[in-house]
Amino acid sequence: MNGDSQFSIVLLAMLAGAIRVSTPFLFVSLGECLTEKSGRINLGLEGTLVFGAMTGYAAAYQTGSPWLGVVAAGIAGAVFGAVHGYICKLPKVNDIAVGIALMLFGTGLAFFLGKPYIQPQAPRLPSLPLGAWSDNPQLQTALQINPLFLVGLALALLMWWAFRNTRFGLIVRMTGDSAPAALAMGYSVDLVRFLATTIGGFLAGVGGAFLSLYYPGSWSEGLSSGQGLMAVALVIFARWNPLACFGAALLFGAAGALGPALQSVGVTAGYYFFNAAPYVLTLLIMIASTSPKRALKGAPGELSITK
Amino acid sequence: MTATSPAEVNAIPLRPMGDLLARLGRSAEAILIPLFALVAAAILFSIFLLVLGKSPAQFFSLLWLGGFGTPFSWTNTLVRAGPLIFTALCVAIPARLGMVVIGGEGALVLGGFAAAAIAIPFIGWAPPLVVMPLMAIAAILSGAAWIGLVGVLRHYRGVNETIASLLLFYIAVAIMNFFVEGALRDPGNPNKPSTPTIGKENMVGAIPGLDVHWGLAVAVVLAVLVWVLMNRTTFGFAARITGGNVRAARAQGLPVGRLIVISCALAGACAGLAGYFEVAAIQGRANASIAAGYGFTGILVAFLARQNPLAIIPVAIFLGGITAAGGLIQRRMGMPDATVQVLQGLMFLVLLVSETLYGRIPFLRPRSA
Repeated sequence: MNGDSQFSIVLLAMLAGAIRVSTPFLFVSLGECLTEKSGRINLGLEGTLVFGAMTGYAAAYQTGSPWLGVVAAGIAGAVFGAVHGYICKLPKVNDIAVGIALMLFGTGLAFFLGKPYIQPQAPRLPSLPLGAWSDNPQLQTALQINPLFLVGLALALLMWWAFRNTRFGLIVRMTGDSAPAALAMGYSVDLVRFLATTIGGFLAGVGGAFLSLYYPGSWSEGLSSGQGLMAVALVIFARWNPLACFGAALLFGAAGALGPALQSVGVTAGYYFFNAAPYVLTLLIMIASTSPKRALKGAPGELSITK
Repeated sequence: MTATSPAEVNAIPLRPMGDLLARLGRSAEAILIPLFALVAAAILFSIFLLVLGKSPAQFFSLLWLGGFGTPFSWTNTLVRAGPLIFTALCVAIPARLGMVVIGGEGALVLGGFAAAAIAIPFIGWAPPLVVMPLMAIAAILSGAAWIGLVGVLRHYRGVNETIASLLLFYIAVAIMNFFVEGALRDPGNPNKPSTPTIGKENMVGAIPGLDVHWGLAVAVVLAVLVWVLMNRTTFGFAARITGGNVRAARAQGLPVGRLIVISCALAGACAGLAGYFEVAAIQGRANASIAAGYGFTGILVAFLARQNPLAIIPVAIFLGGITAAGGLIQRRMGMPDATVQVLQGLMFLVLLVSETLYGRIPFLRPRSA
């Protein structure tokens, strides 16, 4: 009986964690999905995420409005995306290396400028009590849902629809599958990729704002440890499908919540191992979902990472 | 960086002048363009400092003072150059095969931890002559296995090596924390979770005449050996062909998979050695301090050296100096400790942008072709 209720506590905590922790994964992976669909990879979204978190926190603290913080984080992310997009269109420049450089530069700059914001408390984003119908307090906490999560869900649906049904989606997909075809149709490959990378950066910045303004809800240098990178890996797992990105983000959120959830019922042994669960999961998923023999289904033809 | 040009010139016997000029032009490019990138990064960083209301002149003079100005700062610089050479080799070796491996920090952490862990049962009674090699071997093997795994995943499963190696860094840190906070925790050190100290007798000493531990000498020798391996042996030749064109290498019957896995394992062994010296010459135990970011700065070192093992040596000293000056800049100018990180990130970015200049500078391009 006791074991049963503990099990349900862990399950509920993981559900709550999946919803809470998944939002940054969701935003970063949607941004990366758009970028990769256009045929370019941005490994620097980890740096964008951290910088967005810092900017969002600082802006919310200065203005008193967490939503302005979200906007500021998005703009900062867009700037990073634009820098990546601009540099990568130069000839002979390796987009993977530029991503690594931007990752190091973004985290460094965020730590540098964010130093004064480690102590003060910025206003947090509100949440919607969608669990009010239940009398189970744990379920109520689990269903305290942040509006950004719903925005992310809507965005995933919108992108999934737009890739299939709109002119814009077609252009992005064509640029990603065959640059010569896009050129022949009279579209500027560089411009499409530049815009896709910039918007991707914007989304990653918003994901960062969620980290610092909602959960965990403060700015520190250890805020994101590899979440942006995991989100990039997640896009491959999701086969460049925005809806699958949503599902994968939930899965990663649940994996990330495993360590704290077990700790809450008193299982402290192996805490550090369970904390490594998302990384191990990412690696296992990458091993299971890739193949050296054939191109992955749904992979954009121009993408350097799958070649 | 200058180390490349004489070697490159020696490599060609008597050939028509045009060819020689072309090679000279290419080596000049390989030195001038990164130098230009560094200057451009310094200018951009000065603008950044001016915007913040700080003095660039003070910053760069402190950088010089803290890195190269005094014998004391040279010691600091060289102590940091050693691990940077190791971790840069961890990037440069796979780069010859066209792979971007950025998880050297993981192999460093795991290597350092393995060295400290294997020493525990021997502390106090076994002679150092037994314990020290054992520690080094543990570090080399665990580092080699860690990055070797990246190679295996890349070749046999098609997993992207950049992402896999960075994920393995986080996993390596988690493994170390798991043991350091639990089974292998030293009860005598309550403030900072660590393994037990390996004991004074098992520590690596200083190079005579220098206040720098032997890790630097080992790193320099290793860099030269890797250069010989990559440029003067059939293994290196096969590796470079694989890096140039995998299909052509396969068509030639080269064992591509074995080349990839062995190169990655070698790379990991280098980073593992960096971890060994961090534990056996600096910290004396394994704890969170060994993940000091050498693996990430090593990426920049390797790219600045254009993945040339010999060029890595001077570049590592240069970046070691910048890292060493960080503390002084932090104290004197009241700037955050991430200042050096910002400068390094900027250098990396500008350097990558400068790649676009190769073959496009008119006076460096010989007309013989």
